[in-house]
Amino acid sequence: MSEFLAMGGYAQYVWTAFGVSFFALLALYWMTQRTFRQAQQQTRRFVQSMQDDRS
Amino acid sequence: MWNWFQKLASPPHFYRIAGLLQPWLLWPALALLLLGTYGGLFLAPADYLQGDGFRIIYVHVPAAWLSMFTYTLMAVAAGIGLIWRIKLAFCVAAATAPIGAVFTALALFTGAVWGQPMWGTWWVWDPRLTSELILLFLFVGYILLRNALRETRQADRASAILAIVGVVNVPIIHYSVEWWNSIHQGPSVGKLDAPSIAGDMLWPLLVMVLGYQLLFFGLLTIGVRAQVLGREKHSRWVADLLTNSNGDSANTGSRN
Repeated sequence: MSEFLAMGGYAQYVWTAFGVSFFALLALYWMTQRTFRQAQQQTRRFVQSMQDDRS
Repeated sequence: MWNWFQKLASPPHFYRIAGLLQPWLLWPALALLLLGTYGGLFLAPADYLQGDGFRIIYVHVPAAWLSMFTYTLMAVAAGIGLIWRIKLAFCVAAATAPIGAVFTALALFTGAVWGQPMWGTWWVWDPRLTSELILLFLFVGYILLRNALRETRQADRASAILAIVGVVNVPIIHYSVEWWNSIHQGPSVGKLDAPSIAGDMLWPLLVMVLGYQLLFFGLLTIGVRAQVLGREKHSRWVADLLTNSNGDSANTGSRN
């Protein structure tokens, strides 16, 4: 196991590349979902304000 | 065919289809990324020259491939939007930009982390590296330009021209290792009939590329839906969608 983690002496490079990629893709997913939810909330507020104006 | 295309390009129809497709893209993407990572880290043998350091290829090549793919898609979508005035095409272009920027940044970062042990430097002003950096600037420029222009129509058209002009950079990235004497190694996968990489090293790479590709399309469905909602807020179907019961009736796909 420790041999595997050592990556033949390239541990810091291999694990940095994989770790940063993993967290960047996770953050990307989270940010994209957040953009969608914000658009949903803003549009809902807009639609409701339009309907309130009408009534 | 044309009818089918026209129907797909209608925002409410695309919004619904995108929601349905989402889990079918994102879950397989996750499975492929896990399988590819496992294969790349555990099953693939160490390289005879680079030892275990070569394993960075499994996160570097997919990110680099997607950076070029997403830019091309963005430019083509922006072009379709300009020529045929299809609103949905602008939605696709706008939603692609932030995703492509992240893939490009990842390609540059993992490349630097790979370059340090193999070339002895994080960065050189090499044609391949420089043109990839320009790609990042193009993505960032596209996003900043859109944000700077308040009016959506104006932002769509101006950013589309930037995207289309910038697409000349994509073949430059691709052929840079052949046109110039580059420190960057040549392609290992491009020639599938005779790839210059062993099979047990190759399959995890292909799995990773497919995983990144599906992840991109999954993220794109989310991003395009956000774009469509913002642009169609005056339309009847959006009002119905967001005020019906919980407002999530056409949204079953995004709960994961």
